[in-house]
Amino acid sequence: MHPAYSVIVFTTSSGAGYGLLFWLSLAHMAGRLPGGVMAFVAITLALALITAGLVSSTLHLGHPERAIGAFSQWRSSWLSREGVAAVATYIPAGLLGLIWLVGAEVGFTNILAMLSAIGAVATVYCTGMIYGSLRTIRQWNKGLTPVVYLALAGATGSLLLALLMSFFGAAAAWLGALTLVSLVVAGAIKLAYWRQIDADPGQYTAEMATGLGGQGGSVVPLDPPHTKPNFVMREMGYQVARKHAARLRRLSIITLFVVPIGAVTMVILAPGAASMLYLIATLAAAWGVATERWLFFADADHVSQLFYGATRA
Amino acid sequence: MTCLPKKTDKKLGLVIDLDICVGCQACATSCKEWNTSGYSAPLSDHDPYGADPSGAWLNRIHSFEATSAEGLAKTVHFPRSCLHCEEPDCVTVCPTGASYKREEDGIVLVNPDTCIGCKLCSWACPYGAREYDYDDGVMKKCTLCVDRIYNENIPEEDRVPSCVRACPTGARAFGDLGDPNSEVSQSVAERDGFNLLDEFGYKPVNKYLPPRINSVQAAPAVEEPAAPDGSRLEKLFAWADKALSR
Repeated sequence: MHPAYSVIVFTTSSGAGYGLLFWLSLAHMAGRLPGGVMAFVAITLALALITAGLVSSTLHLGHPERAIGAFSQWRSSWLSREGVAAVATYIPAGLLGLIWLVGAEVGFTNILAMLSAIGAVATVYCTGMIYGSLRTIRQWNKGLTPVVYLALAGATGSLLLALLMSFFGAAAAWLGALTLVSLVVAGAIKLAYWRQIDADPGQYTAEMATGLGGQGGSVVPLDPPHTKPNFVMREMGYQVARKHAARLRRLSIITLFVVPIGAVTMVILAPGAASMLYLIATLAAAWGVATERWLFFADADHVSQLFYGATRA
Repeated sequence: MTCLPKKTDKKLGLVIDLDICVGCQACATSCKEWNTSGYSAPLSDHDPYGADPSGAWLNRIHSFEATSAEGLAKTVHFPRSCLHCEEPDCVTVCPTGASYKREEDGIVLVNPDTCIGCKLCSWACPYGAREYDYDDGVMKKCTLCVDRIYNENIPEEDRVPSCVRACPTGARAFGDLGDPNSEVSQSVAERDGFNLLDEFGYKPVNKYLPPRINSVQAAPAVEEPAAPDGSRLEKLFAWADKALSR
């Protein structure tokens, strides 16, 4: 599948934003989030990342001015559900930000935080299911796909919260444990996902797609229907740099998991340089999650390519 | 509404005979001609006369070499367009309701006025039947010439999809595949018509008729030239060849 940069930015940026929103809401409910400027900055950063991602996602639309219509089909479409969940999450999160901005003393911030956390999980799950529900792409049509999206949103969000709190001089010990656990869990899930897609050669063949060849026969393309690649080949048959996939996978493991886990471990052992180490971990993970998301698309095979020379999909 | 209808009154579709299709592309060009000015208009092209032409087409004609288990090979021309499936995800994934299946006749259409051009429906189609129009910013697909088949302003014999009307060999037929007594259903029953990628489960309405067995024949055996035997005559010719090649 063609990796559209707008979709990579959208899923990684809004993923990290929802992850941050989730953890800061939980921290607030647990009474561990310092109030005042810090809380406001954190929720503003979360909403800014989410908004940047959502705006980016409209860049690949042919008619972004009609995007309002995308909220209508939540009964059947995960993309529509994602839109509804994203907008719904703005309400409690926005109110929470407003309350923290004016410093109002109200009793229901815990409820708003809980709704924000639920909204964050629901939205990221819907994002994962947009891909996870497509049976045409075997690498995506896995139960682990939405779990990977949730785990990576959680890991990148926890790093952002740790970075912010350490900047505000509030780097508590629990932050190190939280980021470490969420990174290790996300890494384990992503590695399991890669193992799963590598073990699946695809159940559909060119013979099934064309109905030709009969029992034990074969089908190969002789003449293409057009002289140059068409939309289906460019969008669904993306092949460039696929030979670099193994190297990019190693690179994303190192930058998304190994470096941040190492840095966070050092924070736990020697809390002195927390903000610098969290900064290194966050920058490495940002690079790593973008690479991981690029690979998520570039690695994906589409069944339609069976008509264009693929033998299995 | 992008939920699928529980059942459709009719199942209008095409039956494509792979035995007699000659791959002339007449169906593809007549489709392009009709639909670039009809319901799906425009069907934009980019660099059509240049080195890298591309564009939105609703019908594509592949040619495959199909080899049987016995080693008999045959060239099969293979038209491919939307199969107007009974249970396709291209409809249900649409966030706006622009992609829909008609309850009255089962035709799958895109409403060009509400499509936002997110391309998700094309991702959900295993047949690669939907093509995005970069100029128009919306998804394009076979309409089964919905603007011909019910059109009372054109002669009755023209009220079939443009591709069917254009086919010079009669390899394409149009009709109601939900009616077991229709001509198309009869030909599917007679000729063991099949679904493309039946295992996928979208239940395509369009059917394909397989190449007839007796039209797949072994190539006539070619007599192998005799191996060189090293006779005097051969040596003479070899010497002459060498001498003359100097």
